[in-house]
Amino acid sequence: MARYQQMFERLKQQQQIAFIPFVMLGDPNLETSFEIIKTLIESGADALELGIPFSDPVADGPTIQEASIRALANSVTPAQCFSLLEKIREFSKDIPIGLLVYSNLVYRNGIENFYQRCQAAQVDSVLIADVPLRETELFDRHAKRADIAPVHILPPNPSEQTLMQVAKRSCGYTYILGRAGVTGTETSAQMPAQQTLQSLRDYQAAPQVMGFGISQPTQVQQAKAAGFEGVISGSAVVKIIAENLADKPEMLARLADFIQRMKAATT
Amino acid sequence: MSSQYHFAAEEQRTAEQASGYFGDFGGMFVPEILIPALEQLEQAFYDALDDASFMAEFNQLLKNYAGRPTPLYECRNLTGENEGRIFLKREDLLHGGAHKTNQVLGQVLLAKRMGKSRIIAETGAGQHGVATALACALMDLPCVIYMGKVDCERQQPNVYRMELMGATVVPVDNGSGTLKDAINEALRDWAASYQDTHYLLGTAAGAHPFPTIVREFHKMIGEEAKAQMLEQTGRLPDYAIACVGGGSNAIGLFADFIADESVRLVGVEPAGKGIDTPHHGATLTQGSLGILHGAHTKIMQDENGQIEESYSVSAGLDYPGVGPQHVYLQSIKRAEYVSVTDSEALAAFYQLSRSEGIIPALESSHALAYAIKLAKEVNSETLILVNLSGRGDKDLAYVRNLTNTEEAR
Ligand SMILES: Cc1ncc(COP(=O)(O)O)c(C=O)c1O
Repeated sequence: MARYQQMFERLKQQQQIAFIPFVMLGDPNLETSFEIIKTLIESGADALELGIPFSDPVADGPTIQEASIRALANSVTPAQCFSLLEKIREFSKDIPIGLLVYSNLVYRNGIENFYQRCQAAQVDSVLIADVPLRETELFDRHAKRADIAPVHILPPNPSEQTLMQVAKRSCGYTYILGRAGVTGTETSAQMPAQQTLQSLRDYQAAPQVMGFGISQPTQVQQAKAAGFEGVISGSAVVKIIAENLADKPEMLARLADFIQRMKAATT
Repeated sequence: MSSQYHFAAEEQRTAEQASGYFGDFGGMFVPEILIPALEQLEQAFYDALDDASFMAEFNQLLKNYAGRPTPLYECRNLTGENEGRIFLKREDLLHGGAHKTNQVLGQVLLAKRMGKSRIIAETGAGQHGVATALACALMDLPCVIYMGKVDCERQQPNVYRMELMGATVVPVDNGSGTLKDAINEALRDWAASYQDTHYLLGTAAGAHPFPTIVREFHKMIGEEAKAQMLEQTGRLPDYAIACVGGGSNAIGLFADFIADESVRLVGVEPAGKGIDTPHHGATLTQGSLGILHGAHTKIMQDENGQIEESYSVSAGLDYPGVGPQHVYLQSIKRAEYVSVTDSEALAAFYQLSRSEGIIPALESSHALAYAIKLAKEVNSETLILVNLSGRGDKDLAYVRNLTNTEEAR
């Protein structure tokens, strides 16, 4: 969790916000996935949001569903994802790493066991896409015992109660949904009401990061202007992987270019 | 199997939130964005139950539109003289051809009550899709039905039926192309459309409040059957048997008998090609605890937590999850769950057709197959109530094709 704090402090001093790409661990296979993630880091990603492939990703649109399917087709397991995470951590000691997973993967072999594995791999945060606030207590408790920050999502047009709960519970950063729906670049993010961000600050929420529907540098600039401290871009990154499966050097070059352009928009 | 996690007892949970659980099973495991929609539905549902005019409209539709009460018929020829007596609760005679119509009428009325202007639903066998399509035609609501591609192929007549009644059928070809993928797709639609759209879930599974709504809107099956058993035999049945896909017709039959401890409740799951093969859908007897489609329940999964594909000759039972109340009833040993193979179900399908002139749905044939087996083990004093959840018209082409290919071998 300290890694998030240090990152946000550093960026604040530099008058930048965080650019956080999302990719699926093991997509399209373990070796390439490591190269992809190294490229993201080397090209300027401030933090990483990483998925563990799941068979039934109900919060994801086609692009990220297909990333799961590619990884699962190559028999990528959660255990292999944790080994990959250890390699990534070896490669970069300081980059904050968040996981974005589905509840059954956390539950299957024991909730406490899952968070202990996260801790061993030096993961910083875990967001569970299908565990809402009203079901989260047990998960959050085990996360904290393992020194993992539980991240929560603030949906558009939240009730005051939801806003307060998210502010109170989300650690590391606060994930603000840019729009309704599932992941994908098909519809763009909307900036939330200024009042929402102000209320979050009043409740002393962790730094506010926007995700869902972010694929262009101009959106990064808008998010910064609106007062966000970071943006997450997933489908746009995964799409580059999907479109260049046959040509790895091209894939990595395009990824590097995309990350650099998005990062440049944060300054 | 009991749960190592006591979700329902979490300290910070309000009494209201705890009501979303059956023991430790159930809950609302969906993305945060869907919580307001589920909470709105929960509120509308409890208000409606207390609203006499809502219930009057629901009951009027059940009677005059759908054809309730359905008959209870004691089979004349299906069992021998010294065997148990089998009584069929004739949900196959309900408008739409299956029990599904009951709760769909309830849910479209709820949708109207909430001011929703569009309905989405998933379907496996197509029976829930048909029921949703007819109710939406009745209420003049646009409707989109997600249906696995594999299921569209094996239940062609139902696809056409839905389209005739004005529904848009969207084939889902990711994953296994069956019911679970159709549910995934409906949930994705709902995450973007919840403000004006009601997701009309078709079985007793999924997130709270669906398992409770679906039970309450199907429980007349058991209430009627109980009164009819008393009228025809002067006593309660010894067994109440129903097939279990997600568990709606079974919970509809069981609900009113749960307090009658002399009545053994038996749910029959699809053993497909055999429970010792990977090709079955026997979630309650072979599955393990997990979280799928919004509920902490039993599911079919591998050691890593990836959901496995189920298999059954009957599309309506082909689902790797199950309603949380069934897991609870199993855990407290109030209900038992068994399984029946494809070939046993097919044999029952033929047998009822020949002996009684009733062609059952392949789903219902599972319950029947178990009842026929059971009838041989007991005597003629034993009263066996079977929920004949649907009729077999939708399965004719499929069964005919199966028979032809078997004969060709
Ligand atoms: C006739 C019939 N019976 C049973 C089922 C299984 O569903 P459930 O377990 O919810 O009753 C279906 C599902 O499509 C069906 O069409």
